[in-house]
Amino acid sequence: MNPISPELAKKLTMAVERMPAFPKSVQKILELTRNLDVQPKDLVQVIEKDPVMTVKILRVLNSAYYSLPNKITSVNHSVVYLGFNTIKNLALSIAAVGILPKHTIAGFDIQQYLLHSLTTAGIAKLLGGKLAGTDPMDCYIAGLLHDFGKVVFAQFLPNDFNQAMLKSIRENISLHLAEQQVIGVDHTVVGSMLAEKWQFPQTLVDCIRNHHSPDNGEGGIWASVYAANQISKKMAFGDSGNPVIEQIPPTICNYFGGDIDEIIATLGDLSKIAEEAILFSQVESNP
Amino acid sequence: MKIKFWGVRGSIPVPGPNTIKYGGNTTCIEIRTDDGQLIILDAGTGIFALSQTLLREMPLTANVFISHTHWDHIQGLPFFIPIFIPSNTLRLHGAFDPISGRGIEQIMEVQLQYSYFPVREAEMKAKIEYETLMPEQSVQIGATTITPTLLNHPVINFGYRVDCNGKSVFFTGDHEPHYNIYAPDDEGHDEYQTLIEDKEKAIIEAMRGVDVLIADSSYTIEEYPSKKGWGHGTFDSSIAMGKKAGAKIVYCTHHEPTRNDDVLQREFEKVLARHPRQDGDPEYRLAGEGEEIEI
Repeated sequence: MNPISPELAKKLTMAVERMPAFPKSVQKILELTRNLDVQPKDLVQVIEKDPVMTVKILRVLNSAYYSLPNKITSVNHSVVYLGFNTIKNLALSIAAVGILPKHTIAGFDIQQYLLHSLTTAGIAKLLGGKLAGTDPMDCYIAGLLHDFGKVVFAQFLPNDFNQAMLKSIRENISLHLAEQQVIGVDHTVVGSMLAEKWQFPQTLVDCIRNHHSPDNGEGGIWASVYAANQISKKMAFGDSGNPVIEQIPPTICNYFGGDIDEIIATLGDLSKIAEEAILFSQVESNP
Repeated sequence: MKIKFWGVRGSIPVPGPNTIKYGGNTTCIEIRTDDGQLIILDAGTGIFALSQTLLREMPLTANVFISHTHWDHIQGLPFFIPIFIPSNTLRLHGAFDPISGRGIEQIMEVQLQYSYFPVREAEMKAKIEYETLMPEQSVQIGATTITPTLLNHPVINFGYRVDCNGKSVFFTGDHEPHYNIYAPDDEGHDEYQTLIEDKEKAIIEAMRGVDVLIADSSYTIEEYPSKKGWGHGTFDSSIAMGKKAGAKIVYCTHHEPTRNDDVLQREFEKVLARHPRQDGDPEYRLAGEGEEIEI
C-alpha cells in the first residue's frame, strides 16, 4: 500500500518543478555557457554531478513525448538523443530557477548530502563494473539519485524532516526509520514515488525504493547501490543525515563475494572518488 | 507517390539570377500519395508557390509535417494561402519542445505575434489542427504511414519516413551525423561511442531501403570542420547514409545560401568523383526547385 496521500504526492511533484539545483553546478553552468564554444563534455560532467539537474533532464527524456525504451539513461545518452544544444538550454533553464542554499536547509547539510550522493554514485559504478550484465553508468545514476527523497523532504517538509534527523541521532536509529515515525513515510518511498511519476525506468524506481530493504530488491544495480551507500558511510565520505551504518546483508555480499571490508578491499584506492566529490560539493564562502 | 521540391535552400531564401537552376526558396517538399492525400514536408518559403497551385483543389486538407521550427523550415507558413479560406483544413504535425515544454501547437502562436505579422491565428479562416508527434510513433493518413525519427540538430528535429503502397521516402530535415564529444583517452569516450553507434544504427534502420532519401547536405567536407556542431550534414555524409540504408536515390538538399548554381554543380561533381558508383549504390542527385519524380 502506498502510504503517501494523493495530496502529498501532488504537492511534492509540483514542488520539485520549482526546486533549484546545487550552487556549484548552477555557477558552473552559467560560467561554461557564457563561452559560445563550450565543450559538450564539460557541461555533461557538471550535470551528472548534480542530482537535481540529472533528475530534471532524465524527466524530460523519460516523458511520454520521447517514449524511450524502459532503460536507465545517462546524461550522455540524453545528449545523443536530444542533442547537445537542447541539453545545454535545459541546463540553463534549470540554472535560472535559482540555487539551493549553500549549506543547510532545516539542519540538513546540503554539501554533505551531495558528497554522500556523489561518492555513493562513484562506488556503485565501480561495483557495477564487476558484475556481468550490469551497466556501470546505470549504477552511477541510481547511486546519485538514491537519496533524492531526502533533499525533497528538507526542501518541502523542513520541520518534520529536522525532527526525524534529531530522532535518528538521539535514538541511534536509521534515518529512514525515524522518517517513518515522524513523517509517516520515508525517503525511499518519496524518492521512488517521484521517479515513478516521472516515468523513470522500473529498475531505477525499484533501486531507490529498496536501497534500505535487503529482502525486497534484486539485480546488479540494486546490489551495487545498496553496498555503495553503506561503503560511502563507512568511509565517512559525506553525510546523508543518517548516523547508522547498516550491515550489508548476505544477499548482497553474494554478488561481490565478501563482506563490507572485503568488498572495500577489492575497490582499491577510493580517494580519487572522494577528492572529486569534495571538489564539486564544496562552495567557496565568498558570494 | 509523387514528390515535388518547392524549396531546396538552407537558412535564407536566395532568389536571383545566380540560383535560377536549383532555386532560391527554403525547404518545402510536396508529396501526393496514391490515394490523393496531400502531404507537405516543411513550410519554408517554397510553400507559397505550392499553395498557389492548390487553389483549384479547395476545399482541401493539407497534412504538414514540420521537421523543426527554425525559420527556414516554417517561414512560408503564414503565406500558405489555403489557411485564409474557410472549409480548408491545415493539420500541423511536429515535435514536442522540451525547452518551452510545449508541443507543435506553439508554432503559429509564436510566429504570428502581432508585431511581426498582421493576421492573428484566430483570424485564420481554415480549420487548424495540431498533432504533436513522438519519435518512432507512426501516424496514418489514408493509406500512408509517416514515421518520425529524432535526428541531430540544435533544436529537436524529426526526420520523416513516408510509406505508401510499398514505396517510401525519407526526409531528414536538418541533421548532423553524431560525433564523439570525448577525446579517445577520456573516460567517457567508449560509453559515448557505443551510444552514438546505437543511435546511428537506429537512424539507418529508420531509412532502410527507401526509394528516395532527401538529406541535409549543407556543407562540403572542406567546410565542415569550421561548422561542426551547427547541426548540418555534408554531401559525403548524405551519400554514406544513403549507401548504408540501401536507398535507391539520394537527393542532396538544404543548399548553402552562398552557393550559386555553378559552384553548387561544381562541388557536387567533385563529390561524385570521390564516390564513384558501384553496383547497388544509390543514384545521387542534387535537389532542384520544381523537380518532380514519381516512384
